[in-house]
This record gives sequence, structure tokens and C-alpha cells, in this order.
Amino acid sequence: MAKAAAVATGASAKPHLGKDLVGLEPLNADQIQLILDTAEPFKEVSERAIKKVPALRGKTIVNLFFEASTRTRISFEFAEKRLSADTVNVAAAGSSVSKGETLVDTAKNLEAMRIDMVVIRHGSSGAAQFLGERIRSNVINAGDGKHEHPTQGLLDMLTLRDRFKRIKGLKVAICGDILHSRVARSNIWGLTKLGAEVGVCGPASLLPRHVEELGVTILPRIEDAIQWADALNILRLQLERMEGGFFPSLREYNRVFGVTNDRLSRAPKDLLILHPGPMNRGVEIDSDVADGPHSVILPQVTNGVAVRMAVLYLLAGGSPDWAHRGAEER
Amino acid sequence: MPSRTPLLDDRAFGRTLARMASEIVERSGGTDELVLVGIQRRGVELADRLKRIIDGAEGSALGSGKLDITLYRDDLQTIGPRPVVGETSLPNVDGKTVVIVDDVLYTGRTVRAALDEFADFGRPRRILLCVLIDRGGRELPIQADIVGTSVSTTPEDRVDVFVSELDGRDAVELVRS
Repeated sequence: MAKAAAVATGASAKPHLGKDLVGLEPLNADQIQLILDTAEPFKEVSERAIKKVPALRGKTIVNLFFEASTRTRISFEFAEKRLSADTVNVAAAGSSVSKGETLVDTAKNLEAMRIDMVVIRHGSSGAAQFLGERIRSNVINAGDGKHEHPTQGLLDMLTLRDRFKRIKGLKVAICGDILHSRVARSNIWGLTKLGAEVGVCGPASLLPRHVEELGVTILPRIEDAIQWADALNILRLQLERMEGGFFPSLREYNRVFGVTNDRLSRAPKDLLILHPGPMNRGVEIDSDVADGPHSVILPQVTNGVAVRMAVLYLLAGGSPDWAHRGAEER
Repeated sequence: MPSRTPLLDDRAFGRTLARMASEIVERSGGTDELVLVGIQRRGVELADRLKRIIDGAEGSALGSGKLDITLYRDDLQTIGPRPVVGETSLPNVDGKTVVIVDDVLYTGRTVRAALDEFADFGRPRRILLCVLIDRGGRELPIQADIVGTSVSTTPEDRVDVFVSELDGRDAVELVRS
């Protein structure tokens, strides 16, 4: 679907990402691996006293956020600044968007100011790809509707790889509101491409129809997920996207699907606990789990900056034939 | 058909490193406050080798580190990002004599990037440059302090450095196309 899918990665050619990152679905396993491997050295940059390298000096990046975001926007902004790019934040409220300007007009106007990259979050699925096909700048999807949130999927995978030293063969259960979740979709695409087994667990009303066609196992009860998995990725209930009664009440949801220490204590092994945030404590996850010894919720946030630095760096490279050259310059 | 001319075989390689090691100690006036830093990739192995020779001869325990200059290069636009960026780990370099070790000195751009990167990590008292091969062709006003062997080359030539840790043998070869 996206241009990156057209990129051939034969045995001799090293993988590269193409112009945009719209999702993990269009990427192949080599490209995903490339991003995760490139993220490793970027972790160290954030531990330095001077947390800045000049790799993207002179690049201008616009963070175009049509939906509320704290974590993702700040994480992208740190990633951009630590690579020495110049950044501008545009929020929908308070910009021409609220005066009725279309997405493409907004982006074309920004491009007329000679920007290099756009990081976009938008409420409509497909917005990032739509934009990428219409402007020359690199486009990175920071979440589009219910479609994908590729950098979240990547940081989840990086966190899993840190702890388990592998992705292949891992059993990861994604729990909660799968229907409205772009995080779930990016995780499913990414993890299955790298050879993990993915299970989904949630009320039937919050599972997409035919979700098993994505190659996932349906785990009807949270107890099933806890028995089956090596790691739980617990999603927030996206109350703002729900247009009707998907379940009786938050309290009821917690009683049936909440991840609690009591439930985890019956697992055959210790489960790694992930959550993309923001958490609804006491709804999908209890506080003693979120703050417990097997929670990697804060390491996920740390890895988010490294993964985004890797994506920005790889996309900024420009010409697609770079991979064949360059080994010998001294 | 490209021709391969050996510049150093494994014995000459060893002799050259031994001479470079003693030059490093001479030029830095001893081993106190001396830190060897290899540039990824093969510079890291060469720096390790030099450290072992110096520590063996002097009874010292030199500080050492490795530097990946990829993120400090000025040619991201022309050649694109390196697929995998290597590790950077440096000890405290403030007030130290730092010897940057690399395999081949050519345009000088790698060294320029390394000097920039050092500025972000601290303030060494002095920085020396030590290379196994100087192949000429500088594009910046940079010279090495300690050189294993010099060879004049054309831009079409390639200098291949093999180290036993990575390649199973020690050798340097000039490849002419």
C-alpha cells in the first residue's frame, strides 16, 4: 500500500526505509530489524552529558498534531532535538486548521517554507499515507485514527527484545480495546513479521471482526491470556473513540478484564507488563501491576526516544541507493 | 581485474604496531593520563592491540574507549545513513592525553568528525592522531602524529586492512582497479 512496500531488499542490497514511515504493515522483517538495530546506539546518546549529536543539523521538522498527545509529541521532539534538527510544533487548535484549512493545504504551505520532514498525528486512518503521497518531505506517522502507530509498535518491540533478547517465538498478548487501537495493529504487524506469536484478549465487542485473519490467536478471557503469554501489552480503553455501549461499565470491565496481581499470581511464569500509556489505573491495569517488578512501562518511554531517533535518522538519508556506497570513505 | 598489492603482511603488521606503541609512549611523555580511543570499526581492534603492547612493556593499565563518528559525519546527504551505528563508550577524557587510533587516514573527514565528537564529551589536555596507514588524499588540514606506513594512492584505489579479531588474519593490501 505505501511506497516503502515497493522497496526491494535482495540479498545484496541492504534494507532501507524509503521516503515515509506510514506503518509497519508495508515494511518487511529486514526493515523492521534495521530500525531496531539502529535504535541501539541512540539509547546511549540520551545517557550522555551532552545529549546531542549533529546528524540532522539543518533539517527542519514539523510536528503536525491534529489530536491530543503528550508522550508521543514530546518523545518525537526530544528525538529531533537530540539529532540537532530544528523543530516546529503545530497543534490543530489555534492554527489555520481550526479555520477550515484542509490537511493538504496546511502541509503544502509548510512545505513552501522548505521543511524536510513532517511528523503527523491525525484522527483519520490513512492520513499519513495520504499526506506522504502529496508532499515531497518525508512523512512519519505518529498515529492515524484506528490504523497504525508504527513508532509505538517499534518501541514495544525494542523493549521486548531488550528483556527477552529475541522476538521470534515470543508469545505476546495484546489486551483490551483492540478495535479502536492503532497500537494493537502496529504491534500485530510488527511482531508477526519478526516471528512472534500474537494473541488478542478483550471483550468480544472490542475485538475487530475477522481479527484472526491477521494471524493472531483470540484469547477470550484475561485468564487465558495470562496462562498463554510471555508478555502482556495492556491497552487503554479509548473512551473518546467509543460511540455506544461496548461494555456495561468501567467497574465491570476492571472486574472481568483488569490485570491484577491476583490474576498474575496464577500465571505459570512471570509476565512482562507493557502499556503504551496513558494508563487508566484501576480500569485495564491495577496500580500494583503498573508499578510492579515486571513492569517495563517506563523503559518503553525511554526506548521511544531512541526508536524515533533511529527512524528520523534513517529517513533523513535521502537517496535510496546510499546503501551501496560509502563503505570506503575515510 | 583489480590487482592486490600487499603493503603489510602479518609479521610486518606486528612490527609496525610495536613501533607505533613505543612512539605513542614517547610522544605522550609516559603512560600517565594516557587514553587510547579507537574509531569504529577497525580502529577499535588496533587500539586494543596497542594498549596490550604498551601495558605489557610499561606495566601500565591505560584507559581506553571506542568512538563511532557516524552521527558526526558531514555527508549524510550524499551517502545516506550508515545502516548500523556502532557503540561509543569513552572514559573521562578531561585533562588526559587522548590518542585517536584509526586504520586508514584518507580525506581527514573521519578525524574531523572525531574531534567534534570529543568536544561534546569533555576537554582532553591534548589529542594525538595515530593511524596504521596514511594513504594521502587529504581534503582537510589534518595530519597524523604517528603513522605505521604511508602509501600514495589515487581516488580509485582502495586500502583494505584486515585484523585477526575480525578477519582471521593481519594484513594490509592496496587494491588497484
